Amino acid sequence: MVPLSWYLILSAILFSLGVFGFLLKRNIITIFMSIELMLNAVNLSFVAFAKYWHANPMKLPSGAEVVPLSGQVFVFFVMVVAAAEAAVGLAIIISVFRTRETLNVDQVNLLKL
Amino acid sequence: MVHQVLFIVFGLICVAGAVNLLVQRHPINSALSLVVVMASLALIYLLLGAEFVAAIQVIVYAGAIMVLFVFVIMLLNAGAEERTRGSHIALFAGVPGLAVLAGTVAWLLIHSSGKLGSVAIGSEPHNIAFGDTHNIAGLLFHNFLLPFEVTSVLILIAIMGAVVLGRKEV
Repeated sequence: MVPLSWYLILSAILFSLGVFGFLLKRNIITIFMSIELMLNAVNLSFVAFAKYWHANPMKLPSGAEVVPLSGQVFVFFVMVVAAAEAAVGLAIIISVFRTRETLNVDQVNLLKL
Repeated sequence: MVHQVLFIVFGLICVAGAVNLLVQRHPINSALSLVVVMASLALIYLLLGAEFVAAIQVIVYAGAIMVLFVFVIMLLNAGAEERTRGSHIALFAGVPGLAVLAGTVAWLLIHSSGKLGSVAIGSEPHNIAFGDTHNIAGLLFHNFLLPFEVTSVLILIAIMGAVVLGRKEV
């Protein structure tokens, strides 16, 4: 039995590292990868909570039944959105690189060239 | 006991990969450490008994998305990151602030771990299987049918957006 708090702490550490990279890194691709890291951290806590509710079934105050597998379905949706985001984001990065010839975010500070 | 040891090993690999992502200056090294993070997260999902999520983590994240990243890094011929001087406010206020935030969250979680209870590992024989594809599919195509259809529209829009943005003349 691994305590639920261990999973949440691991998730919090990964999320904090993602925030840290998002704020500190100067390369636009690395910043994008930090966002993916944050999405992964959130997925981990989704699955951990789903497992916890599966092991300890409970009812909501409204009387509705909690469906623990919903956590895994949400992970599925997060991955779909992350894939779409990666496709569009990388296309934007390619487009930025064509016009600016740089990947450094310090030099991408104007909307218009 | 074995599960706790496995969790600690894969959790440490995960955190080490994430730290390496931040430390490395070349984006291709960062991308490969992110693959390590995602692979060990997939193993942690397996420890949790979520086989379906572990499989799509490897296929979609470590496979498709990271290949896209590596492809773009190589296409753009991205070099090592340039060093720039960060602002002093970020250094003196941001780093301690982040440490305090992380410490508070960890302390709260440890403090209330008695209330949170534990996560049992593997599939329990008295319950329905947790990571079963059959149950997930039932939920996905019945309760979550509308969000599922909406995501397919989202994917279509994302494909069109990527094609339009990636054209030669913008």
